[in-house]
Amino acid sequence: MAEVSLAQVRKIYPGGFEAVKTVDLAIEDGSLCVLVGPSGCGKSTLLRMIAGLETVTEGTVTIGGLPVNDREPAERDIAMVFQSYALYPHMSVYDNMAYGLRNRRTAKPEIERRVREAAGLLDIEAMLARKPRQLSGGQRQRVAMGRAIVREPKVFLFDEPLSNLDAKLRVQMRIELKRLQRKLGTTSIYVTHDQLEAMTLADQLVVMNAGRIEQIGTAMEVYEKPATTFVASFIGSPPMNLIPAASDENGQYFGETGSRILRLRSSAERIVVGVRPEDIHLGEAHPGEATEPDSVAFTVEVSGVEPIGAESLVHGHTGQGHDLTIRVPGYAEFGAGRKLMAHASPKTLHFFDAGNGRRID
Amino acid sequence: MVERRPYLTVLTHLTLILGAGLIALPVWIAFAASTHEASDFLSGLMPLLPGDKLVENYWKVLAHGESSAGAPPIGLMLFNSTVMALSIAVGKIAISLLSAFAIVYFRFPLKMAAFWIIFLTLMLPVEVRILPTYEVVAGLGLLNTYAGLSIPLIASATATFLFRQVFLTIPDELTEAARIDGAGPMKFFRDILIPLSRTNIAALFVILFIYGWNQYLWPLLVTTDASHYTAVMGIQRMVAVPDSEPLWHLIMATAILAMLPPVVVILLMQRLFVQGLIEQEK
Repeated sequence: MAEVSLAQVRKIYPGGFEAVKTVDLAIEDGSLCVLVGPSGCGKSTLLRMIAGLETVTEGTVTIGGLPVNDREPAERDIAMVFQSYALYPHMSVYDNMAYGLRNRRTAKPEIERRVREAAGLLDIEAMLARKPRQLSGGQRQRVAMGRAIVREPKVFLFDEPLSNLDAKLRVQMRIELKRLQRKLGTTSIYVTHDQLEAMTLADQLVVMNAGRIEQIGTAMEVYEKPATTFVASFIGSPPMNLIPAASDENGQYFGETGSRILRLRSSAERIVVGVRPEDIHLGEAHPGEATEPDSVAFTVEVSGVEPIGAESLVHGHTGQGHDLTIRVPGYAEFGAGRKLMAHASPKTLHFFDAGNGRRID
Repeated sequence: MVERRPYLTVLTHLTLILGAGLIALPVWIAFAASTHEASDFLSGLMPLLPGDKLVENYWKVLAHGESSAGAPPIGLMLFNSTVMALSIAVGKIAISLLSAFAIVYFRFPLKMAAFWIIFLTLMLPVEVRILPTYEVVAGLGLLNTYAGLSIPLIASATATFLFRQVFLTIPDELTEAARIDGAGPMKFFRDILIPLSRTNIAALFVILFIYGWNQYLWPLLVTTDASHYTAVMGIQRMVAVPDSEPLWHLIMATAILAMLPPVVVILLMQRLFVQGLIEQEK
């Protein structure tokens, strides 16, 4: 068990492509850190640098207080679970799990004990003699985790381990993985592009984009106070509505929603107003009618409704033509073209500088 | 094929039977001839039905050979052929596994140049470079040795190229998993790569064994001493006897015997072949 830290880490590929741009990150001992971001954001590269599968161009990777830049993956005391599981197809489940230990010259009874224990933990005892091709996707996934567990490493690295499973199994394995990580208390780093998976698993959520870290925090911190417009649009499903707004000569901001918002202490000329789909409340549009004093009101023209069971997603656009998504409970029956009045409490609004995308508090 | 047209079925079967017959006929003639006595061939016609000298002829070939033609007993020739074919198959597989491993998994200066040089040898089979090769082998004093018979035939790119393609299909994540599991390069080679290319090795072994067994020109050149004659060239020696009729019954018996080892190899390896086709792993 150990903490992991990255100091000024960069990765530049021989072609000159900068996959990771100066990253600083500290992961506490025993916590589960999730790196999330769209594909190509550098999250996998970062993980592979921690694993030692990629060289570090600049900066230092430290595991348990020891710099490991020059160590082989096997000498870093880590275990990795791959997206494709990467089980050795010609070896039985038992041998797959025991292979790493044998290479470390662990005593036979000890190997036996650890493999049995991990198999018990993962409920794959009955499959120890089988070959990987005789297993289902979920079982292979368990074996891949078992292979990591038997090593009793300082750090677990997961590279999108659940993305090859079907939706139902993915949810099940996600819960199990979290439970297992709690139980073992091993520091874990988990890479995914699925923001839902990221939010449910993470003790520490790291949102990455274009080789940079956009925000580090707990899942709820990131959700409630997104640091940038990128985070705001990436975390949450459906994503936060982002509407450009401009100031008038009095220093007050008016959203292009057509309604006054409030005064902001910011020098930014142009801002972006963000509002979560669930923070918008709908009512009928009655022109001229006074709205609640403490809320921002604007008209929305419905373009379509997606019922998803317990709630419905209403898609529409504002008077200025900005697209909006609104989450309403139950089944909403609005025909396309219907005009509605929407309210949002000022407390639920997020403001971002339109120039650099950063949050304005 | 889901088409159900009776005349098509008849036609395809007829074609197959004809093809099989065409292949089997010479073998049958050889076998039939090997069971007759020498006088039966004086008419100049090959008998199509077996005679009654089966045991006698084969015993004669196995025990004494056709000494008049200067050929050693068939047992020795078969042994020589086996040594040569095995050395070629095993040597070629070992060398090409290693060179493909180097080319696919290691970064070293002039790697691509090395690969293309190996690839070029594909265009230079033994028959093309036979004179310089003979010169080298003679210079090294390898005439009339097993080494001289097999080493020049071991160097070739076919197998290296094949294994390179096999290794390229092995996913990178597997290599990385092995690295994390603490397997060094040679351990990875032994524990992962070789077991994964097992069926390819078996297939190649069959092909190379037959290739080595059927070598004719090269053994003819480098062996001048009967103790190193191989079966295939030995048969030719038996046909080219001066001043007398070739002893067809003994020649055919030798030919039949010389055919058996490749057949045995194919039968033994067939299981692995089929297994390799069933388990599409990786």
